[in-house]
Amino acid sequence: MKTNRRKFIKISSVGAGSLALAKPVLGWLPKFLESEGPLDDSKAKKFPTYCEICFWKCAGWTYTNDKGKIWKIIGNDEDLHSNGRFCPRGTGGVGMYYDEDRLKTPLIRTNRRGKEEFRKASWDEAFDYIAERMKKIANKYGPECVALFTHGSGGHFLGHMLKAYGSNNITAPSYAQCRGPREVAFFATFGRGLGSPEPTDIRDTKCLVLIGSHLGENMHNGQVQEMSDAIDKGATIITVDPRLSTAASKSKYWLPIKPATDLALLLAWIHVIINENLYDEAYIKKYTYGFEQLKEHVKNMTPEWAYGITTIQPHIIRETAREMANASPAVIIHPGRHVTWYGDDTQRLRAVAILNGLLGSWGKRGGFYLPEKHHVPEFPHPKYPTPTKSWKDAFPGQYNLAAETLASGICDATIPNPDRSCNFKAWIINGTNLIETLPDRKKTLSAMESLELIVAIDTMPMEITGYADVILPECTYLERYDDIRVAQHREPQIALRMPAAEPMYESKPDWWIAKELGKRLGLEDYFPYENIEEVLDWQLKQIGSSLEEMQRIGVKTFPRQEGSPYIADGEDYEFNTSTGKIELYSLALEDEGFDPMPVFTAHPQPENGFYRLIYGRAPMHTFSRTSNNPNLHDLMDENSVWINPKVAKLWGIKNDQYIWLKNQDGIVSTFAVKARVTERIRWDSVYIVHGFGHANKRLSRAFGNGASDTQLITNVMTDPIMGGTGMRGNFVTFLTEEPSKEEVES
Amino acid sequence: MRYAMAIDTRKCVGCSDCVVACQTENNVPIGYCRDWIVETVAGTYPNVEIELRSERCNHCDNSPCVRCCPTGASHYEEGGIVTVHHNECIGCGACIQSCPYDARYSHPEGYVDKCTFCLHRVEKGQKPACVSVCPTKCMYFGDLDDPNSEVSVVMRNRNHKVLAPEAGTKPHIFYLT
Amino acid sequence: MNEELFISGRDNLNIDPVLHIWHWQIPVYLFLGGLAAGLLFFASLYTIQNKDKEYRTAVKIAPFLAPFALILGLIALFLDLKHKLFFWQLYTTIRLESPMSWGAWTLMIITPLSMIWAASYIKEIFPNWDWKFKWLIQFDKWVVKNRKVFAWLNIYYAIILGVYTGILLSAFNARPLWNTSLLGPLFLVSGLSTGAATIMWMSKDQAERKMFSKIDLILIGIELFFIVHLFMGFLASSQVQIEAANLFLGGEYTAMFWIFVVGIGLIIPAVLETLELLGKHIPVFVPATLILIGGLVFRFIMVDAGQVTRYLY
Ligand SMILES: Nc1nc2c(c(=O)[nH]1)N[C@H]1C(S)=C(S)[C@@H](COP(=O)(O)OP(=O)(O)OC[C@H]3O[C@@H](n4cnc5c(=O)[nH]c(N)nc54)[C@H](O)[C@@H]3O)O[C@H]1N2
Ligand SMILES: Nc1nc2c(c(=O)[nH]1)N[C@H]1C(S)=C(S)[C@@H](COP(=O)(O)OP(=O)(O)OC[C@H]3O[C@@H](n4cnc5c(=O)[nH]c(N)nc54)[C@H](O)[C@@H]3O)O[C@H]1N2
Ligand code: SF4
Ligand code: SF4
Ligand code: SF4
Ligand code: SF4
Ligand code: SF4
Ligand SMILES: [Mo]
Repeated sequence: MKTNRRKFIKISSVGAGSLALAKPVLGWLPKFLESEGPLDDSKAKKFPTYCEICFWKCAGWTYTNDKGKIWKIIGNDEDLHSNGRFCPRGTGGVGMYYDEDRLKTPLIRTNRRGKEEFRKASWDEAFDYIAERMKKIANKYGPECVALFTHGSGGHFLGHMLKAYGSNNITAPSYAQCRGPREVAFFATFGRGLGSPEPTDIRDTKCLVLIGSHLGENMHNGQVQEMSDAIDKGATIITVDPRLSTAASKSKYWLPIKPATDLALLLAWIHVIINENLYDEAYIKKYTYGFEQLKEHVKNMTPEWAYGITTIQPHIIRETAREMANASPAVIIHPGRHVTWYGDDTQRLRAVAILNGLLGSWGKRGGFYLPEKHHVPEFPHPKYPTPTKSWKDAFPGQYNLAAETLASGICDATIPNPDRSCNFKAWIINGTNLIETLPDRKKTLSAMESLELIVAIDTMPMEITGYADVILPECTYLERYDDIRVAQHREPQIALRMPAAEPMYESKPDWWIAKELGKRLGLEDYFPYENIEEVLDWQLKQIGSSLEEMQRIGVKTFPRQEGSPYIADGEDYEFNTSTGKIELYSLALEDEGFDPMPVFTAHPQPENGFYRLIYGRAPMHTFSRTSNNPNLHDLMDENSVWINPKVAKLWGIKNDQYIWLKNQDGIVSTFAVKARVTERIRWDSVYIVHGFGHANKRLSRAFGNGASDTQLITNVMTDPIMGGTGMRGNFVTFLTEEPSKEEVES
Repeated sequence: MRYAMAIDTRKCVGCSDCVVACQTENNVPIGYCRDWIVETVAGTYPNVEIELRSERCNHCDNSPCVRCCPTGASHYEEGGIVTVHHNECIGCGACIQSCPYDARYSHPEGYVDKCTFCLHRVEKGQKPACVSVCPTKCMYFGDLDDPNSEVSVVMRNRNHKVLAPEAGTKPHIFYLT
Repeated sequence: MNEELFISGRDNLNIDPVLHIWHWQIPVYLFLGGLAAGLLFFASLYTIQNKDKEYRTAVKIAPFLAPFALILGLIALFLDLKHKLFFWQLYTTIRLESPMSWGAWTLMIITPLSMIWAASYIKEIFPNWDWKFKWLIQFDKWVVKNRKVFAWLNIYYAIILGVYTGILLSAFNARPLWNTSLLGPLFLVSGLSTGAATIMWMSKDQAERKMFSKIDLILIGIELFFIVHLFMGFLASSQVQIEAANLFLGGEYTAMFWIFVVGIGLIIPAVLETLELLGKHIPVFVPATLILIGGLVFRFIMVDAGQVTRYLY
């Protein structure tokens, strides 16, 4: 090949009118001068992994180069979550490993919380410190007063440790700050939540309706891939978003709705579909409960009514409703994922579920498929002790429909309050940056003030680690084994994560941390193994595979046990609701004293000079966790605030000018943020990407870049049904001059 | 044989995966890139259109960068791929000046670097790294001389354009519109 | 409102947000090349015309500067290279389509020619000079005998060098400001004018000075003519070239260009020289330095501004 190419060059250069002198004579080039080209795949080694940069958990391969150093990460072709293609964050995951700002050793606090003064400690010291305090807390208040916040794979092992210790208070911000309302709404309607990956059959859909879900910026891989397939197949996309999101720009209809009014639009759609008889009659008859009540309920919710609320023109509401009906049942009114917006989110998502029910898309090709998950048995262990207290005790009679623990609920229950039982005394925080994750930061801080122990397990120095008493450095996902990925999909599939390199510095995996801490707590019986390989191999052998096999193939697909992922026409099918049907009229909600069918309530709109703060994702970042990742930081190093040109003109704000944001409660963004003056947004809202404005100086790249939306989210609209924290009821105004220090700190 | 790439602007979401994938595959140093994403926004709210384009060297047929190179470091490979022999490049910058697309950059080691169409992969029958990672599968790569290659097929069926045709370089990255 | 932005924060060093790959080295190189071309041009011209007695400075003294200018120019070029250890690759091939290659080879030839030229006058200027080696003496004699041939060679390469300093830029269609065939002649004339100014400055002979003063005036006139045409051409051309011209007509290079290059570098020296020719006493170094400064600044501005201009798409 080489000589051929050489010949070709000579010919082409002569052809180009040049005279090549005798180059080969001068080919004596010293070896050290030769620069490195791309690596030959054949010299590389690959190790199976699944990605930890977000919660889609794509499976792939970590490649190491000829020197055994981590080189690149590529999707596994057999993986149903990624189809062999990682998203930018997953591809850039190598930066997690190489980030020189990583936590390197255990650290123990030497000054008050928030003052970031720590000393290096050995693992033994750190464990002894934690175990001593945990034992004390168990004796004094009961083990239930320790809570675990965890978002990520290692949570499985730490959860096991905590349950063995005697507490069931384990939570993730991915419920009350994320998907909670939609899970409750879909459960109430179809008797089944959505889970992750969402069983949206986008690849075969004829009409995809996105209400605020900004696929393409929200890079949840499978959905983005399938949206692209749908575009190829000519599907109609309808996007409802106050901002021309990437998805909106690909849509046939962009409905730039006035924020906080989506429920009116949804009800008007339901109205049109019922009044114009656009629904799937046979399906409604066979599978739904409460149609007549619903018809009556939406009688007056006409497009004209909704127009006044949403600013979406009546004929557009009708046209889009007809588009959906034409595509039915291959239509998806997408449930979204981060849906904690305005406090009535469960009801909004109920409307989404009802609309899907009316159009008969549940269990249909091009609508929602019925996913299946493989069962992998737990490694045998002694029975857990039975806790006598739970976080729910703090909320008697409330949030009964919440199926998971509320992170914000634990936070509330931590703030000492004589009327509330179960005051927490210790938090173990794994893989979640609560300071940037929970809204109403003041509350989070005041909860933490009353704690006797805060342990943060993280890979990076983040805002949250600054408040910890002990910081434990976890190694990155590229350097560790983890729990087997068991996820739902069209076909059940499992995936293995194994290390591609030794952990850098003194970092350790969560399974080891849980086991060693467990031992210090006297729970060795729960950890009857030396190595995680034993556990994984045992589990895999129970399902007819083995660690050795999984190390070779990475993912394994199993045949479905539950039949087709689609409900056949006319098939008898019982839904897991009290009526056995799709509940357009929800008995469960009624029982709890809530509206059985969604009712529109108006939310406050910004005052003069203020703009609604909306936020979302950038495709190359995940929340706050990637902003210091060298590869991803290189793609996007700060966020900007999107401002409509008319508004910018009013304020004299120029494109790329740095400004400060101040919210309705007088909170001013700590750092300046660049203005992006753009037609892509309404004039009553501004938009920033979540995850920037880091205040931890140890993040050498990310510190001080952009603004933190979380800081400005001080008004929380709590969902009465399941306790979700609505975060979009905050309004900001602009400061074009650098604010004084007092102003920022007020 | 004539390699070309067609990129579907209707599907590209501007995620920049092609940029990171190129960076890791080809050891492009942090702070540099061989490909990049351009977003154009036109119109006035609420009638706004955006175009997202993944850009890189166009592997021009009539490439000024090859012509102006004083050493022959910049050259055509088989299939019209324009690349730089690092060991022949003196880093004079002439090719950088000559490229209307600013597709080249000066590698910190001194030589000039740019997209190679992942020649090292293409030679082995693989697709370029950016093409094979793209989550929206909006990039098509192949031989234009082969009427059955995916790039030929998609170009037959879709409208397309090239960037800055007035520069006269005969670019071989096509944007499906 | 329309926007065009890099969303993956493209930030290649010296490429983004505007190209800035050529720094001081290239304008210095172009200036010194032009100056040397000017010096060698006049020296050869008057030799061919058998006027070496009248224009002694031009033919015999000023060319001593040429090899120094060329060597310094080559050093500047070398400093511009980012992969320096590979500079020898320039001389492994001749690329007729590459101005850079041409330039390298032209310099390779004209530098020794200029040295030989200067050396061959050493004996005339310093009669006591001894070449020490016999073959050197013989070579010197041979050169002196064939001086005309050398003059022809020199004038030929001097023109190539002078034009080359402009073509190096104008070959880059990608930079709209450079994309004009006027750049070659303009740089040649500017180079000649810096050469003439230097000769004028160095000369002790009134008649020679007057002659070069006149030559300078003519060259300045031609330069101004080219500059006017350059902008007329741009304004009548594509959008990108109009934008390029606008950098000088109200844009960020306007003051620099019109004050330093046109005002201080061309018009003021022209006025001063006219006054001198009219009999007013003006110290000769004043117009000469102004012309040299103008020539240098001109190259800095052209190289810098050219990199700012780009295709829009
Ligand atoms: N790249 C990337 N992808 C991710 C993540 C990430 O961090 N990075 N995180 C993942 C996670 S955990 C989640 S939960 C998802 C979240 O992703 P989604 O569920 O898709 O997003 P949301 O945050 O709900 O919605 C953001 C969009 O809602 C619009 N919006 C704001 N207010 C309103 C309103 O009142 N009405 C309507 N209709 N639209 C409104 C905003 O303009 C923005 O386009 O993303 C996932 N995907
Ligand atoms: N203001 C605002 N708040 C939000 C959202 C929003 O859009 N805006 N989105 C909400 C949503 S949808 C969600 S799902 C949540 C997400 O909230 P979080 O899960 O808290 O998200 P991150 O900010 O990414 O925090 C992850 C933390 O995990 C660490 N980490 C990363 N990898 C590892 C690992 O392998 N091991 C360990 N131990 N640690 C690791 C990171 O360094 C970081 O500190 O936030 C919610 N909160
Ligand atoms: S979607 Fe992207 S970040 Fe999330 S798991 Fe998959 S590859 Fe990783
Ligand atoms: S990876 Fe594909 S979708 Fe993403 S920016 Fe590149 S071309 Fe566009
Ligand atoms: S895009 Fe630029 S670098 Fe690539 S071949 Fe064309 S001119 Fe050369
Ligand atoms: S920088 Fe290198 S590749 Fe570019 S023109 Fe100069 S020698 Fe050729
Ligand atoms: S073809 Fe290869 S070198 Fe070119 S941009 Fe794509 S990944 Fe980079
Ligand atoms: Mo989420």
